Amino acid sequence: MTDTAALPTNLAGPVFALVGNPNCGKTALYNLLTGARQKIANYAGVTVERKEGRLKTQTGRLVRILDLPGAYSLRPRTPDESVTCDTVLRRLPGEVAPSAIVAVVDATNLRRHLRLVLALKRLGYPVVVALNMVDLARRRGLPIDGALLSHELQVQVIETVGIRAHGADALIQYLENFQTQDGRSSLSDDATHLSVSDSEAIAADYVEVERILAACRLDVVPLGTISDRIDRVVLHPVLGPLVLISILFLMFQAVYRFAKPFMELFTDLVGWLSVTVGSLLPPGILKSLLVDGVLAGTGSILVFLPQIITLFGCIILLEDSGYLPRAAFLLDRLMGSVGLSGRAFIPLLSSFACAIPGIMATRTIPGARERLVTIMIAPLMTCSARLPVYVLLIGAFIPDRNLSFGIGLQGVVLFSLYVGGVVAAFAVASVLKFFAKGRAVNPLQMELPTYHWPSMRNLVLGLVERVKIFVGRIGSVILALTIVLWFLSSFPVAPTDFVGPAIEYSYAGRIGLALTHIFAPIGFNWQISLALVPGFAAREVAVGALGTVYSLAASGKDVAGQLAPIIAANWSLPTALSLLVWYVFAPQCLSTLATVRRETNSWRYPLLMAGYLFALAYVAAGITYHAARWLGTDS
Amino acid sequence: MSELPIAQEARVVALVSPLGDRSDTIERLAELGFVPGERVLLLARALFGDPIAVRVSSGTFALRLAEAACIRVELVSVAS
Repeated sequence: MTDTAALPTNLAGPVFALVGNPNCGKTALYNLLTGARQKIANYAGVTVERKEGRLKTQTGRLVRILDLPGAYSLRPRTPDESVTCDTVLRRLPGEVAPSAIVAVVDATNLRRHLRLVLALKRLGYPVVVALNMVDLARRRGLPIDGALLSHELQVQVIETVGIRAHGADALIQYLENFQTQDGRSSLSDDATHLSVSDSEAIAADYVEVERILAACRLDVVPLGTISDRIDRVVLHPVLGPLVLISILFLMFQAVYRFAKPFMELFTDLVGWLSVTVGSLLPPGILKSLLVDGVLAGTGSILVFLPQIITLFGCIILLEDSGYLPRAAFLLDRLMGSVGLSGRAFIPLLSSFACAIPGIMATRTIPGARERLVTIMIAPLMTCSARLPVYVLLIGAFIPDRNLSFGIGLQGVVLFSLYVGGVVAAFAVASVLKFFAKGRAVNPLQMELPTYHWPSMRNLVLGLVERVKIFVGRIGSVILALTIVLWFLSSFPVAPTDFVGPAIEYSYAGRIGLALTHIFAPIGFNWQISLALVPGFAAREVAVGALGTVYSLAASGKDVAGQLAPIIAANWSLPTALSLLVWYVFAPQCLSTLATVRRETNSWRYPLLMAGYLFALAYVAAGITYHAARWLGTDS
Repeated sequence: MSELPIAQEARVVALVSPLGDRSDTIERLAELGFVPGERVLLLARALFGDPIAVRVSSGTFALRLAEAACIRVELVSVAS
């Protein structure tokens, strides 16, 4: 990652800010320029914070690049647009101010994008236009001519293709030759005044843009494109929702069925590794640490890598195609019934990967109240860290039965757990709506981008990034927690006259047994109660903790990666169901709570969130446990 | 705008705020490209008719009916 913390203004090289309408490819260019791997996708509002990176040109010149969230104008309506406007208008004391602006425009959508260029020009910055997606525009038959456009705009225009390697070489060339000048002196004194363009200024810009487009013979409106034909089905009032449900259902079937053979391969590998390591080492503390602690703990999480990859692969494909805003369109009415709008959909969908980027993405929501409600319910979307817990328990307790049409029962259960979270989120939102003062209508005004074929390059880069993060977490936080847990579970060593399993004499056993006072009423044994504790740091560790605890308890046998049969033999079905339901609501990991604190700038909401989720989880798991027992499944 | 039949081309006449307190909405609509003279096209309505998908110049936007109600349009005859 080449992002660096904000540096003093004059430390090195000129600072270029990438500014443009949402979804015109600023971050794609940023990645090309700086070698960063920031997320890119086909919808408005992927980037919600400013990022700084560096570019070292061939001659060794150091140039600093600021990537900013997209903005439709210099009058911000949403928190993410404010970031861009404050940066461009130099309202952020102590932060790096740009010395020049790279105005990124989508060549297929010049009419709207050029208006922002005119507004930026008025600010007095040196401006260069990056005419992005020229390949796409030419393929559609638009007579794009950079030189002509440059002549009409009276600004240098550079053609770029953000998603292709070397697509920004001409821009790099420009940055290299850019003459350093004090941007501050050339910036209009009344920049703040100029930025507040009223409707008349917009109308004047409109006339000017029409003149430019007419001069460039680009004043045509494409109709009946492939995108429109797809939309005729996808946005159809009846077919649209059916398509949406099918896509989501297929996604969860894929997570279960497609990933399964790979997961079994991983399980065998981890099992083989622990047998091999076990046979090479003499019995003793070192062997116990490596086999029961490290391998049983991290191995039992690592085996879920195929599911994580499949889930992220599906999410990346959906994001990249341009489908997500369409799904938001279809769900707007439904979300309106609980006081939200379609704008809340993308942050909530991102929360299926992880609640943290989901909560960050709420910056694209204009209404403060709607944003807060979205933040509060985001954790009810099942994040990917909960996937290992679900898959482990479903694999152990739900029979692998084939329903019809090749749909597996286990996949259906997984899908319904996700649905359970969504239903709960809607319920919470409607309760919160009850407390709302007044009835402001949330604006929608959401751009539906042209469909793109998902780029293979983007998919592969995105997945590599996810694998790095997943394995990195296992190698750091999870490994550390696992070792701590192994230590707590192994010491103090039980005296020879101790009655019962040795592990119950250890610190971990004592903590777990103390916690059962709280969790026994909802069916959790001491091992589960104990595993919930490190789960606050990282959800997946709950699985690793169970791996370690049961590995130590199963004296002599090699159990790493073989956790499922052990818990299947040890737990009753009501306990397993109760734990599954617990995890639908489970209180947030600490990093999510920290993000909520930062985004809401108060402790009130993270504490409220932790409290209400704990209460919901406890009550729902309790009801599940007792209902399952009453129905006689406890045999 | 919200009363247009699907796929009927129209031209923006004016942006008006029926409630008087939605000037913010009006400004943003103008920034998105809904300015007098611009051609617009209703692409789709969601279930129960709200929201709608609208083509304006080369972009497509989802609007709620309350927002679309701010956009006055006139029909464009096929000949033009």
